[in-house]
Order: sequence, then C-alpha cells, then structure tokens
Amino acid sequence: MSLSQDDVRRIARLARIAVSDDEVAASQAQLNQLFTLIEEMRAIDTTGIEPMAHAQDVMLRLRDDEARAANRREAFQAVAPSVENGLYLVPKVIE
Amino acid sequence: MQTLKQQIDALASGQTTSVALVTESLARIAAHNGTLNALITIDADKALAGAAAADAARAAGDTRPLLGVPLIHKDIFCHEGWKTSCGSKMLDNFIAPYSSQVAENCDAAGMVVIARANMDEFAMGSANENSFYGPVKNPWNTQTVPGGSSGGSAAAVAAGFSAVATGTDTGGSIRQPAAFCGITGIKPTYGIVSRYGMVAFASSLDQGGPMAHTAEDCALMLNVMAGFDERDSTSLEHAKEDYTRELNTPLAGLKIGLPREYFAEGLNADIAAAINAAVEQYKALGATIVDISLPNTKLAIPSYYVIAPAEASSNLSRFDGVRYGHRTAKTGSLDDMYEQTRAEGFGAEVKRRILTGAYVLSHGYYDAYYLQAQKIRRLIANDFQAAFEQCDVIMGPVTPTTAWNIGEKNADPIAVYLEDIYTLGVNLAGLPGMSVPVGLASNGLPIGLQIIGNYFSEAKMLGIAHQYQQVTDWHTKAPQL
Amino acid sequence: MKWEVVIGLEVHTQLTTKSKIFSAASTAFGAAPNTQTAVVDIALPGALPVMNRGAVERAIQFGLAIGAKVNRKSIFARKNYFYPDLPKGYQISQFELPVVEGGAITIQVQPAKGDPYEKVINLTRAHLEEDAGKSVHEDFHGASGIDLNRAGTPLLEIVSEPEMRSAAEAVAYAKALYSLVTWIGICDGNMQEGSFRCDVNVSVRPEGQAEFGTRREIKNLNSFKFIEQAIKYEVQWQIDEIESGRKIQQATILFDPDSGETRMMRSKEDAHDYRYFPDPDLPPLVISEEWVERVQRELPELPVAMQARFAEQYGLSAYDARTLTASKELAAFFEATVAAGADAKLAANWIMGDISATLNREEKTIADCPVSSDALAGLIKRISDNTINNKTAKDVLKKMWESGDAADVIIERDGLKQETDTGAIEAIVDAVLAANPKAIEEYRSGKEKALNALVGQVMKGSGGKANPGMALELLKKKVS
Repeated sequence: MSLSQDDVRRIARLARIAVSDDEVAASQAQLNQLFTLIEEMRAIDTTGIEPMAHAQDVMLRLRDDEARAANRREAFQAVAPSVENGLYLVPKVIE
Repeated sequence: MQTLKQQIDALASGQTTSVALVTESLARIAAHNGTLNALITIDADKALAGAAAADAARAAGDTRPLLGVPLIHKDIFCHEGWKTSCGSKMLDNFIAPYSSQVAENCDAAGMVVIARANMDEFAMGSANENSFYGPVKNPWNTQTVPGGSSGGSAAAVAAGFSAVATGTDTGGSIRQPAAFCGITGIKPTYGIVSRYGMVAFASSLDQGGPMAHTAEDCALMLNVMAGFDERDSTSLEHAKEDYTRELNTPLAGLKIGLPREYFAEGLNADIAAAINAAVEQYKALGATIVDISLPNTKLAIPSYYVIAPAEASSNLSRFDGVRYGHRTAKTGSLDDMYEQTRAEGFGAEVKRRILTGAYVLSHGYYDAYYLQAQKIRRLIANDFQAAFEQCDVIMGPVTPTTAWNIGEKNADPIAVYLEDIYTLGVNLAGLPGMSVPVGLASNGLPIGLQIIGNYFSEAKMLGIAHQYQQVTDWHTKAPQL
Repeated sequence: MKWEVVIGLEVHTQLTTKSKIFSAASTAFGAAPNTQTAVVDIALPGALPVMNRGAVERAIQFGLAIGAKVNRKSIFARKNYFYPDLPKGYQISQFELPVVEGGAITIQVQPAKGDPYEKVINLTRAHLEEDAGKSVHEDFHGASGIDLNRAGTPLLEIVSEPEMRSAAEAVAYAKALYSLVTWIGICDGNMQEGSFRCDVNVSVRPEGQAEFGTRREIKNLNSFKFIEQAIKYEVQWQIDEIESGRKIQQATILFDPDSGETRMMRSKEDAHDYRYFPDPDLPPLVISEEWVERVQRELPELPVAMQARFAEQYGLSAYDARTLTASKELAAFFEATVAAGADAKLAANWIMGDISATLNREEKTIADCPVSSDALAGLIKRISDNTINNKTAKDVLKKMWESGDAADVIIERDGLKQETDTGAIEAIVDAVLAANPKAIEEYRSGKEKALNALVGQVMKGSGGKANPGMALELLKKKVS
C-alpha cells in the first residue's frame, strides 16, 4: 500500500488544509513511511475480535431534558474573528 | 526544592505564606524560563493577587490544605480568562471563555495558578519540539529535549517553578516527560479525571493527571483533579477516593510482573540497569517478581498511530477560523478561508496526523485500518488483563532511551513514534500508568520506572512508588540550573 | 416506453425536547442569533456532548408506534465534513447501529386519476442526530452570517424503503408520517419553521425492469406541495434525459419553488467522503427493556387502532373513521362531542362537513374552533329531538360560530323551532296541493317521487320551520 501524490492532495482537500507541491512531496514520503509501520498490523488475524472503540466498557449516561444553559453570546463572541449583529461572519456560503 | 507536601505543611503551620511561595516561584521563573522556555503565559499580577487572597482566606479560617499553593497548568486545560493556546498558532489569540473541570477543581481547592506550561502543539509529540512557542529545554541538560507532550509541565516542576503541574497523557505524554525530567507523574485510569474543557487530541485515549516530585504529591494532587463529572459522558461514576490512603501500605507479598517484551532489543543499557536496580529495591521491600508476557506490545505502535490520528483529524476539524482562533488574512472563497486558515494555523506534525487520520477513515480504508486498529486495541487490553491474573502491578521502563538532543530527530519524525513503544499500550487499554525517577544514566540524564496497574488501582500504585521513595533519593535529585 | 417511478424518503423531524440533544441550551425557535448556544453548540475547544434522555424517549415512542425494532444498543458516530453551520466539523449521528430499525406505516393514496387506495410502506430505520445551524444570506458586505441557535436541535431521521411509485404515494407517505409524529407528540409539525423536512430520492426505470435506475436526491423539501411539484418535475426531467439518450448521474439536487424546477447541488464526483467512525466522546446508547415497556404503556392510542375502535364503537364507516383520526385533536373533538350527548353519526357528519369546511375557509385548525365540542353537541341534540331541521341547524351553527352563543339560545331568540303543530302545517300542505294538481296526478299514477318536490314548497311556506318528514307524510296522506 503506497500513497500517491494525488492521494495526499485528496486527503488534504478532505481535511481542508492547503498544501504546496513541496509539502505534498514531503507528506507523501512521511505518510508512506508511517503506513509501512502500520502495515505490520494488517497481517494480524483478528477474526472474531470485537473492535474496541472506548477505553472503558460503559454505557451512555443520559441527562434530563432541561433547558438551563445561560445566554453567553457576548463572552463567546469576544474571541470570534468576525461577528456582526450576533452572527458569525464567513465568506459567502454558496449552496 | 520544595515538595507539594512541604508547601502544604509550611502553609498550614504559618511558616510560609502563599505570597511568599508565589514570589519565590516567580523569581525562579524569571531566572530560568528564558533558558528553558517551559511556559507560554506567566501572569505575575494575577498570581500575586490570588496568593494575597489565599493568605487572607487562610487568616480568616479557611483550612483547605492546598489553599495558596502555586500551580502551573498545561496550556491544554481551558481556564476562563487565561489564554489557552494548546501550543498552537491556531489558538494563539484564544482567551478561554469557560473553564475545564480540572481548572475548576484546582480553583475550588484554592490553588493559585501562576503560569501556563508549554507543550507540543495539540499534545502531539514526545519531545516538545512541536510547539508554536518554540522547543522546551530539559533542565538537566538544555541541549536535550524534556519529552512531550507535557514537556513544559515536566521542565517547570523539575526546575522548581512550582511543586506541581497538570499534564495530559494520550500515548505517554505525562510519563515520558516525567521520566526525561526526573519527576513523578501519573496517568490515571481513563475516565477518572474529567476531559471537560481539556482540548481534545484523541478522545478515547486522552487523560489528565498530575506531575510532581513525589508519589505523595501526585496522590495529593490527584485528589484535587479526579472526580466524576456529568459534563463528560466518558467520566466514570466512580466513588470519590483518597489517593493517599495506601501510601504507607507495606509491600510484603506484592507481585510485580516484568513483561519480557519491555526488556527486549532496543532498550538502552543504562536504563535496563536502573530498572533492574529498582526491581532489586522492590525485592528488598518484600515484593516478588513474576515473568510475564504482553505479546502484542509491538502492535501498540501501529494501532495507536491509526486510532489517535483518526480521532484527532475529527477533533481538530472545529479549528476552522469561524468562531474563535486564527483566521487567515487572505481573502477568498469559504473553502479558501478554511484551507488557508488551517494551513497557517497548524504546524507540520499536527498536519501530518490530521492527514493520516483523514486517510485511515476515508472511504475504502476504514476496515483495513481503523477497524483493524480497534481490534488490535482489544488484543492489547486483553494482554494486560491476562497479565494481571499473575501479578498485582507491572513494571518496566518508560522509554527505551534517555532524552535526546534537540533537533536530533527532526529529519525523521516517524522514527520518533517508535520511542513510544512502552507507553502506548496503557492508553489503548485505558489503564493507569506512572513514571517514577529511578536513576541517572551515564550521560547524567534521568531514567523513569514505569508502574502499570489495573483499572482503579491508582492508590495502590502511588503507595508502591511512595514506599520506594521512602528508601531511595532519586526523586530528590534536582538539575543544576 | 412506459416508465416506473421509484421513490424513497428521508425525513428529518425535529423532536419536541426543551433542550438540545447534547447540551442544555434551549431549542425554542426564533431567538436572537447565537443566544441559545452552549459550549458544545459552538464547539469550543474541550467542549463535550451529553445525551438528552428526552430525545431517546421520543425515538423509542416512534419505534413502537411503527412496530419497529428498538435496538437495545445503538452507536453514535461522527459524520465528518466542513460547513460553517456545522461548528464541530462533524455531525453526531448514527450510522451502523441506529436506535430504530424496520417498521411500517399504512398510507391512503388519492391518485390523480382513479380510486383512492391503501398501501403499506416499510421503513428502513430511524436514527438520532443533531441539526445544523443556519446560514443567513442577507448582505453582510458579501459575507454570510452564521446562527448556531438551531445547531444541536435533536432530529430523528426517518428513512423509508424505496417503495413509493408516484408523487401521490410520496405525498401520502409524508402526510401519514407527519400525522403520526405529531399524533404521538414527538414533533410539533411546524413545517415553516423546518420541524419536518424531507429529502426525496427519485429514480425511474422501464416498467418490468428489476434493477433500480440511478437516483437523484432532492434535498430539504418543507411542504407537501413542494414534494409533489419537485417529484413531478424531476421524474419528467429524468425520463426526458433517458429518452434523449443521456444517462442519469447520481446527484444531490435542490428544488426551487419559484421556478418549479430542480437544479444540481453537487454531483457524485464531489460527493462527500464522510469518514464515519464511532464517536469516542459517547459510549453506546443502551435502552433497557423496562424503559421500552413503560413507553409502550404510555403510548397514546394510535390512529389505526382508533379507526378500528371508531368503526366498532360508533358504527362509523371506514372513511369517516379515517377522516376523524386525521389528527389527534380532531379525534378528541369528535369523542368529546359524542360524550356530551351528541349522536355519533350526526357528530361525524357535522365535524367532517360544516365544521371542517368553515375551519378550512378561515384557515383555522380544530384547536381554534370557536364552537366547542359541548356547544356542537348542544346543536346536534336539537336536530335529534326534532327541535330544528338540518337546514335550520346550518344557520344556527353559523350564528354560533359568529356569536359564541349556545344553540338553544339562538333557537329560542330567533324563533327557529320546527313547526310540529300538524294543524298549521296542514293548512300549508293544502295550499301547496291546490297549486300543484299535476304533481298529484303523477303521484297517483305511480310516480312516488312526485310529491318530494312539493316538500320544498311546504318548507318554504312554513318559513323553514316545518319538519320535512312530517310535511311529506301529510302530503301523502292527503293525496291518497
């Protein structure tokens, strides 16, 4: 298994990270090195083993349906890059 | 160098004041942080005001034991009003508008925060060279790394900036820098310390914990940090414990398991010797040794380096320049804004892990990578449970080598991942693990002993470490600054 | 070539919880932007989700209401994509193990041509997830504004099998589902506010072909009319494409209500790679047997069961029973009217007739009906005991509607009582017969209906107060 430069560009695009051609080449080499490391895991027979998604075998705790969060817009938007009339501003969203 | 216990006693007896302790801390920081770069934010005014308030409270009859004790938080715990950068340009301008459970607990105990510790960006790294704020230097030898990702916390404690600091551990990030800097640190059972307000790296592995000089200090600090939190769905509904309760339990009859795989090729000879010496010390304290096997140890690396990046790639998607943090100055479309913001805001290692994570989760690769890694994770957890049928605790090295030179491994970032071989399994299994200083290598650098316990055995592990520290003095060794 | 249409629906229903699915922020509609956002709703670093029991409860209610399997264990997963109204960069949803699987719903279809019919539509699954925020496209110097008040509102996404074969069936399915979720109270049904939104998958295939054609998904339709218009347009578009020798490409499309046309949003090539994986912040959702049993016990009587009971208990036709159970409120109004002493069949007729017609005209629902069930029963009792006739009753109802007065008050005040004095009516009957010798002749020669026409004249002569039955009887008596 080896990643092409197109693979790197595709996942960089998925992850919304701009990459230069140099970065693509460097990432390709490093990721392929990493995947060589990861490769040895793939040969292990794990038939019948249940995947472990959580460190503890617990069940979801549920909270009561109560709307009790205070309005903290001012504090939250104090750290926002761009707001107007209480809205977060972003470059035009085109559907 | 004072321990937390000594500070608590001196404050209680009136021998010292919080203002005096904070002033001393600030003086050491002023003298040495320029060299060590262990801290990102230092707020002397806030610290001194907090200390004065603590002294006033104590004078008015407040008897909280940790009231007025100086504290340094890893820059990953949101604390309202404090910059919480996570070592990243992405959050360089982020003043947290709310507090983590850990910060709240420390505040409630009356501790005085004096500074925020440097760290690998988003806790990704094992040398503290991946910080936007520059590398942290190891106080034992400023040419070498302090370990990571809680390298700033470890260096700060080792340099006496404070007696305790908070850290987090996703794949060894408390234990490895504790080992490199000659201090004691514990990563508790997953779910013991709330992750609420702790910037997430890999949610199913991340766990906060204390870093200090001694096991006793760690126990005292864990009493503050731990506790059920309904705001974290993975926080365990575990009854409140006193982690100091087994400090004085004798070790006679203790069965220590030594995993063969932890002493195999690649282990530095000085470290092997120091671990063996510590084991001999434990025998002298009445413990018996059991040879055990953790057969899937090697697979922890691939399993971890699939699971952690996968979770990270998703956890770090929120850093998009919309609601907080860095946003690119370049104009363009919405996607341009995302791509530029994230390209500018994240460092190389973080990008590498995001890309790795996005790839292993992407269409067509999920089963081969992510699912397989989760199955291996189960095998590793099973290995530990089988081992705990034969022994009470597991001991071994924390790291295969002592701290390396700054810049030494820059050319080969992937090779550094191999250094995590002894610490990753604990996170994958969700077990508690700690690092205890047990010697200095011939290069003068500290060596850590790893103690791994079964779930919820923190009190027992801290007792085991404490008993060792009663008869040895490695934990009292301080670097010459 | 004859084409068969294949349609499946994915319906997003906002659940009626007070707080969000993963935070304690309010779900109330219409607040100032971003004032109902907790740390997790704006995805601050370190924020964590905590599941709302009320949302799970509603999912169980739905599962039981459609006879589905309520999974005792289900998993929350992250669906990863970037969009400004999605603050975490992923949506917490369910993927491999949803909370509800299977189930079915019976729909009544009124095709454009032909008789109405019933059909059972099977459901694939229903899963819990969080809603996204909203982009506001007013002009902010060329930028868009993001309001995250809606982000984290609990949704139940209900997915049908592709079993609908016409726009009429799709609309009937959407209506049946709408009626059910509002009936059991898990959704407020406010379609303008986006409480009930449909994604419609449409494909066509030559009649008799086993494989499905390539489908296109019409996103986010929030009215039954738009569902119908969008499907009709899309079906014709797909047929035209294929008949022009082109192939349908899988795509996500939007319906523009102004033009009545669909347009491409994104093609399969730039379809998202959502990178689903189990959310490490949320352990598995486990639903106990006891919980399911309690919800089952507390579940209201469902429309189908109520229809059967109405037919049985009140002797109503299947059609009447169905009509009266179109909503829980309507059914309750009917039963309250009967409980207040009205004859059931008369109550059914009046509610489905004048009451519904007037409500429709005034764009009101039964909840706003100015005539209460008690008041309607008061009117119907006067019909049953022959105090007034049907025609007078219509006028009385109109006056009740406008004044709010009781039927008895209006009848008394306006002197509308039916004339039951035989003597007074006899005089009118005599006069009418005298003026219509031809009708008498026809009746005597065997044309029974000839006299019916004269009843109207008697009624007119009495100022509407005569009892029509009595008038006919008298006419017959006099002639024979």
